[in-house]
Amino acid sequence: MSNILEVDNLHVSFDSYDGEIEAVRGVSLNLKKGETLAIVGESGSGKSVMCKSLMKLNPTGRLKDAKIMFEGKDIASMSEKQMRKIRGTKISMVFQDPMTSLNPTMPIGKQIIESMRYHDKITKTKAIERARELLRIVGITNVEQRMKEYPHQFSGGMRQRVVIAIALSCYPDILIADEPTTALDVTIQAQILDLLDELKDKFGMSIVFITHDLAVVSNIADRVAVMYAGKIVEVGKVEEIFKNPQHPYTWGLLGSIPTVDGKEEELMTIAGSPPNLLNIPQGDAFAKRNDYALEIDYVEHPPMFKVSDTHYAATWLLHEQAPKVERPEFNFLKKASSEESTDEPEVEEYSKDTILKVENLKIQFGSKENLVKAVDDITLDVKQGETLGIVGESGSGKSTLGRAILGLYKPTEGTVYYDGKDVNDGKGHKREDLAQQMQMIFQDPYSSINPRMTVADIIAEGLDIHKLAENPKQRMQRIQELLEEVGLNKEHANRYPHEFSGGQRQRVGIARALAVNPKFIIADEPISALDVSVQAQVINLLKKLQNTNNLTYMFITHDLSMARYISDRIGVMYQGKIVEMAKTDVLFSNPLHSYTKSLLSAIPLPDLEQQKTKRVVFDKEKYHSAEPLGRKLREVAPGHLVECTEKEFAHFKEIYK
Amino acid sequence: MKRYVISRIIFMLITLLIIISFTFFLMQTLPGSPFNDEQLSEFQREQMNERYGLNEPVPKQYLNYLTNLVKGDLGVSFQYDGRPVTGIIKERIGTSAVLGIQSLIFGTIIGLALGIIGALYHNTTIDYASIIIAVIGLSIPNFVFAGLLQYWVGVKLEWLPVAFWRGFEYTILPTIALSMFVIATVARYIRTEMIEVLSEDYMLTAKSKGLSRFTMIWRHGVRNSMIPIITIMGPLVVSLVTGTLIVEKIFSIPGLGDQFVDSILTNDYPVIMGVTIFYSALFIFVVFVVDLLYGVLDPRIRLSGGDK
Repeated sequence: MSNILEVDNLHVSFDSYDGEIEAVRGVSLNLKKGETLAIVGESGSGKSVMCKSLMKLNPTGRLKDAKIMFEGKDIASMSEKQMRKIRGTKISMVFQDPMTSLNPTMPIGKQIIESMRYHDKITKTKAIERARELLRIVGITNVEQRMKEYPHQFSGGMRQRVVIAIALSCYPDILIADEPTTALDVTIQAQILDLLDELKDKFGMSIVFITHDLAVVSNIADRVAVMYAGKIVEVGKVEEIFKNPQHPYTWGLLGSIPTVDGKEEELMTIAGSPPNLLNIPQGDAFAKRNDYALEIDYVEHPPMFKVSDTHYAATWLLHEQAPKVERPEFNFLKKASSEESTDEPEVEEYSKDTILKVENLKIQFGSKENLVKAVDDITLDVKQGETLGIVGESGSGKSTLGRAILGLYKPTEGTVYYDGKDVNDGKGHKREDLAQQMQMIFQDPYSSINPRMTVADIIAEGLDIHKLAENPKQRMQRIQELLEEVGLNKEHANRYPHEFSGGQRQRVGIARALAVNPKFIIADEPISALDVSVQAQVINLLKKLQNTNNLTYMFITHDLSMARYISDRIGVMYQGKIVEMAKTDVLFSNPLHSYTKSLLSAIPLPDLEQQKTKRVVFDKEKYHSAEPLGRKLREVAPGHLVECTEKEFAHFKEIYK
Repeated sequence: MKRYVISRIIFMLITLLIIISFTFFLMQTLPGSPFNDEQLSEFQREQMNERYGLNEPVPKQYLNYLTNLVKGDLGVSFQYDGRPVTGIIKERIGTSAVLGIQSLIFGTIIGLALGIIGALYHNTTIDYASIIIAVIGLSIPNFVFAGLLQYWVGVKLEWLPVAFWRGFEYTILPTIALSMFVIATVARYIRTEMIEVLSEDYMLTAKSKGLSRFTMIWRHGVRNSMIPIITIMGPLVVSLVTGTLIVEKIFSIPGLGDQFVDSILTNDYPVIMGVTIFYSALFIFVVFVVDLLYGVLDPRIRLSGGDK
């Protein structure tokens, strides 16, 4: 295959008040015709900036002595006017967040035909015809009507399809997709990935796929380039990267992917966070976080060592004089060994005390005509010391459930019992006592802590309210204890939140929740705003704290593989209802509800062979049309509840025998 | 949507009633009377008071006024010896409307242009120039502009007529004087909003489509940054109305503002009341239209309104 794009020694830098930020530092890459190249890296690795500069889309970034050869011409030296003939027609782009990348005040049809009319100079009728065709190709139905609608009338996944249709409108040769599925639910993510893969062949394009999640690319990428601190540290065919990775950073990324098959003690993590690109350390920027760093790593950046014709890695470990190191084992590759271990003797865990009981809880919002049943008749209990995972897509009501348990929403119907007493009647519990015993860890570590308070004050606010510290000295001591408990330093106490990275902020959030010695913690998507390697750090921390502090967790997430890793039991939520609930391994080995099955099959697996298995698609219409047939949650086997009809119930029981 | 409009109209009427009552009683506390003329004898004054119902107790007058108002009768002018107030408003409103609308359109267009240019050349000399114009327009009252324009353009350069209202060229100077405030306000708002819009993801999408800069800004930028401008249209109309009071006087334009000032000077209660009610109703109506306009510009609001 011939190269369609060749990038040579690309540098991109930005000016800031503090000096020059080097976001991309000498990237050389080529893209072959018809291939999918994945660019993987944590946030701040420069992957997005790098790809935007392929279209010269960075508003202020400066390109330095780079060559970007496309069709025999150098993009780097082109004028804006020349670039316009490339953008949208030859190279086009799909952005991360479909909620913001469409113009909210223009019907989507207009947004699609716009670039066709501009570039291809075709008549309006022809353009509309082509737009309809494109929308059908990307999987949108009722196209005539939909063309006239505005972006807010589409769901997230549908909007991303529209964005893709826009990108395809002039039949580009290269499609750059910048984290196109990060903002979407798992099932939608799987659909979009399939769609991109299908379109690549249909349109004969090459795709550059930017992501922070290695698991996502394993099934669609031909080659993978791993980026760190503005450099490519490893590049190779997808099999080479997954089966024979050479760079310790790649090891770390692969290691932080939780398995879907077995349960490991601790997720592998990459300590620390990416370096500040304003002051890049001498030598290898990764050295500080690298357990395998050699002395030379602190002095000189390693060159690209050749592993095979297609596989290169920038690590001194590949130098002939380097010591041989053993590559760590990756969780996702341990599959074979774990399968046998599932039939270990079951420990009876259900004799423990129930700490929380939810009975027929209903939460409804809105007026009579516009009723939203956010939580629709949920009954569940949580035992002392366990972790109950609540999994569902956005809009399934899982966060509302969590908040209602804390008493942040008043139930429309039903009761929440904590420690045997009603949370809401005002007799059983005092508000303050409840607030001390139940705490919440929030999703977004950026917006959930007050930017104008010091970390010490954020953590100690609970101590002050509940008068848990007798004097300032004791208060400070407790703060320092907590900081160390969550893996931060004493010195961090007097700093402000903006001085911390996302992962560190989430640690502050956890320390805040722990300050009042709670027994029960609701973690509402505590990791979804974090990078993969940092996610693993936070999960490990939560697990450790559960053991040392005897905590009970309710872990709300949309990420099934993380839920599996931390939960003892999992409840799957769909449209305000729990449709299936079982012990974690039972749910994964024997899912019964069709929605659970579809969710499980949509998890991107970092497993090259298994990708080819067919996905299960959840048939919403069939499900809803069957609703009046007396669906309810029934216990199929001890501890395994499934929402089903009488008939299905009998069938499921049969399966169990 | 229908329910929303009806409830809004009811609230508008209540607001208007409050304004009417407030103005009515406020005027009663003013010193002097319409018939202050020293040439009038005590008897004549009483006769006049009786003729116009001014000797009745205040609450009675108030009720009379309201009943007449409902019938569409705003009373008769004291100053012009029995000419109905509605007639005076009708006769004068045309001139004021031309001046006001002309200023609003001219001001908005120039303001938009200034603001957009400022945003596009953010933090450059061009941007600073547009900010300076905005600050000048906001801080210097329009009667000062009126005077300056009259002196320089009218008297010194003799390009345009200094005063009166006899054709289009007579409207130019007062329009410019009045629209300075509009230009400044619109430019300031659109600049801030446009800077924000330019950094939105959908602008990047537009750029990645390879559209020309002009198309990008015009189709994707301007409409999205117009939404907050609609909010200030209400206050802008008010500022224009208050502006006409003085500017019409300075340029000797026979408009409603000119009339209003005269009526205040002669304690012509019915005209003061009538014009106040008219202005208030106009303002309340503009605010209402603005709320409806939101939906036209922003489809997200349109839909949620339609659901109700």
